[in-house]
Amino acid sequence: MDAILLQLNNISVVYSDVIQVLKGVSLAVEKNHIVSLLGSNGAGKTTTLKAVSGLLKPENGRVTDGTILYRDSEIQNRAPETITRHGIIQVLEGRQPFKYLTIEENLRVGTATRWGKPYREDLEKVYHYFPALEKRRRGLAGYCSGGELQMLVMGRALMAHPELLLLDEPSLGLAPLVVLEIFRIIRRINEEEGTTIILVEQNARMALQIAHYGYVMENGKIVMEGTADSLRENPDIREFYLGMSAAGAAKSYTDVKSYRRRKRWL
Amino acid sequence: MDFFLQLLVGGLSVGFLYGLSAMGFVMIFKSSSILNFAHGELLAIGAYFFLALATWAKLPIPFAFLLALGGCFVLGLLVERIFLRPLIGEPLIFVIMLTVGLAAMFKGLILLIWGGNLYTYPEFLPKILEIRWGLIRIPPVYGAALIIGALFLLLFGLFFKFSSQGIYMRSVADNQRAALSLGVNVKRVFALSWAIAALVAGMSGIVLGIINGVNVHNLSAIGLKVFPVVILGGLDSIGGAIIGGIIIGLLETFTGGYISPSLRDVVPYIVLVLILLIKPYGLFGLKEIERV
Repeated sequence: MDAILLQLNNISVVYSDVIQVLKGVSLAVEKNHIVSLLGSNGAGKTTTLKAVSGLLKPENGRVTDGTILYRDSEIQNRAPETITRHGIIQVLEGRQPFKYLTIEENLRVGTATRWGKPYREDLEKVYHYFPALEKRRRGLAGYCSGGELQMLVMGRALMAHPELLLLDEPSLGLAPLVVLEIFRIIRRINEEEGTTIILVEQNARMALQIAHYGYVMENGKIVMEGTADSLRENPDIREFYLGMSAAGAAKSYTDVKSYRRRKRWL
Repeated sequence: MDFFLQLLVGGLSVGFLYGLSAMGFVMIFKSSSILNFAHGELLAIGAYFFLALATWAKLPIPFAFLLALGGCFVLGLLVERIFLRPLIGEPLIFVIMLTVGLAAMFKGLILLIWGGNLYTYPEFLPKILEIRWGLIRIPPVYGAALIIGALFLLLFGLFFKFSSQGIYMRSVADNQRAALSLGVNVKRVFALSWAIAALVAGMSGIVLGIINGVNVHNLSAIGLKVFPVVILGGLDSIGGAIIGGIIIGLLETFTGGYISPSLRDVVPYIVLVLILLIKPYGLFGLKEIERV
C-alpha cells in the first residue's frame, strides 16, 4: 500500500449558507495514483474538487463539516493562495485561458506559486508534453482551438510542479481523437512526473481506462467506489455510465421489452 | 501657419499629459473593473507632496521628485489595504461609490492642510529643454513632460510584457478565477495596481502643477477630464489612453485657438457623448475575442 496523500472525511459543502451540495463525502487518494470521480451533472464532482483547491471561497461556498487532510494537515476552507503553495493545482472546467495573453505568457502564470518564478526549463518540459503549443507560443490564447486550449491549461498547471493535479472534465467538447491524445498525456504525466491526479469526467469509459481507482457520486454523496477494473466490470456502472447492457453487449434499442435497471444504491 | 504649429505643439504636449494621467485610471480599471472617481485627487496629492518636499522641506529637486513618487506609491498601497480590500467580493457599485467618498475625503484633507490658494513651484528646469524654432516656442516643462512620460511608458510597457508580476497583473485582469486557481496572489495584484496608478497619477500631477500651478480645484477638474480620454481610447487600453489624451488635447487647443476659448473645456465632453453613441468600446478598447 502506498501512502495516502489526500483524505476527505465526511465533508459537507454549503453555498451561500443555504444550498447544501455535498452531504458527507469521504474519499482517499493514494500517492502517485489516478483517481477518477464519476457521476452525472450536478452530482457534486466539481464542488468536491473546489473544496480541495480552496476555490469554493470566491463563490461563497464553505466546508461546513468534516475535514480535508492533505499530507496529514487540515486544509479545508483555506485560501487558494495557501493551498496552491502546498502543491495542489486545479485545472478548471471549460478551459479558462487568459485570452489576451500569448501561450507563453499563459504558461508563465503557472509559476506563480514557485519561489523566484523560474520558467525556462519548465517551458521546455511543457512543450515536450504538448508539442502543438510550441508552434503557437507567441500567438494569443484567445485564438487557439479547443484542443490546444486544453493542452495549454494543463501545461500551465504543470508549470507549478503540482503534487496533486485536479482535472475537471478535460475531454469536454473535444473531438474523439483529441480526447484520446489528452488522456494519453494525462497518463504520461502521472507516470513520468509522479503526479497524483484526481480526474473528474463524464467520459467514464476513458476515465476508467487510465485511472487506478474510481468513485461514483450522486446527489452529493459517494455511492460506489472500487478499483477501476472492478468498476468497469460492475453491472450498474456498465448500464448507467458505459452505455452497455448488464450482459455486456452494446445496448440495442430493437429489443422489444426493455426494462430499466434500477440503481442498486438508491 | 505659425499659429497653427504653435497650437499643434501645445495640443500635443497637453494631450500627452492627459494621456499620462489617464494611464493610472486605466490600470485600475483593467485589473479590477473599478472606475476610480478619486483619480483627480490622486493627481493633486502627488502635486502637493512634491510642493511640500521641494519648497517647505527644501530637499534637492530630483530627490524630492522621487520621494513624492514613493509617497504616492505607498499611499496607493494604503488606500487599497484600508478601504478597498474589505470590499472584495461586494458588488462593484459599492466600490465605485467608495471612490467617490475617497475623492471628497482627499479633497477635504488637502483643503484643510494647504487651503485653496494657488501655489507655484520654484523654477528648476534647465533652459536647455526649451525648444525654439522660428516663432514656435515650447516651454521647458513640456519637453520635460515628454521625456518623463516616454520613459514611464517604456518602463511600464516592459514591466507588463516581460516581468512575472506584470504578467500576473494582466492575467488577473483577463480571468480572475483562472488566476486564482494557479495561485496568483490576487490581493497583491490589486494592491500593486493601486500603488502604480497612484504613482503615475502623482507624477502627472507634479508636471501639471509645474505648468498651471498647484491648486486642488484645478487638479481635480483635470481628473474629471480623464473620463473623455479613456472613453475615447478604450477603457482597458493603456496605449489607447495616451492616444485618446493626445486627441482630446489637440481638440481643446484648436477649439480654443480657432473657435472660442470659452468652448475649450466643453469640447472633450461633446466628444465623450459622440464616442459613446458611435463606438462605445472606444478606439482601442477590447471587444471579447469570439472563437468561431
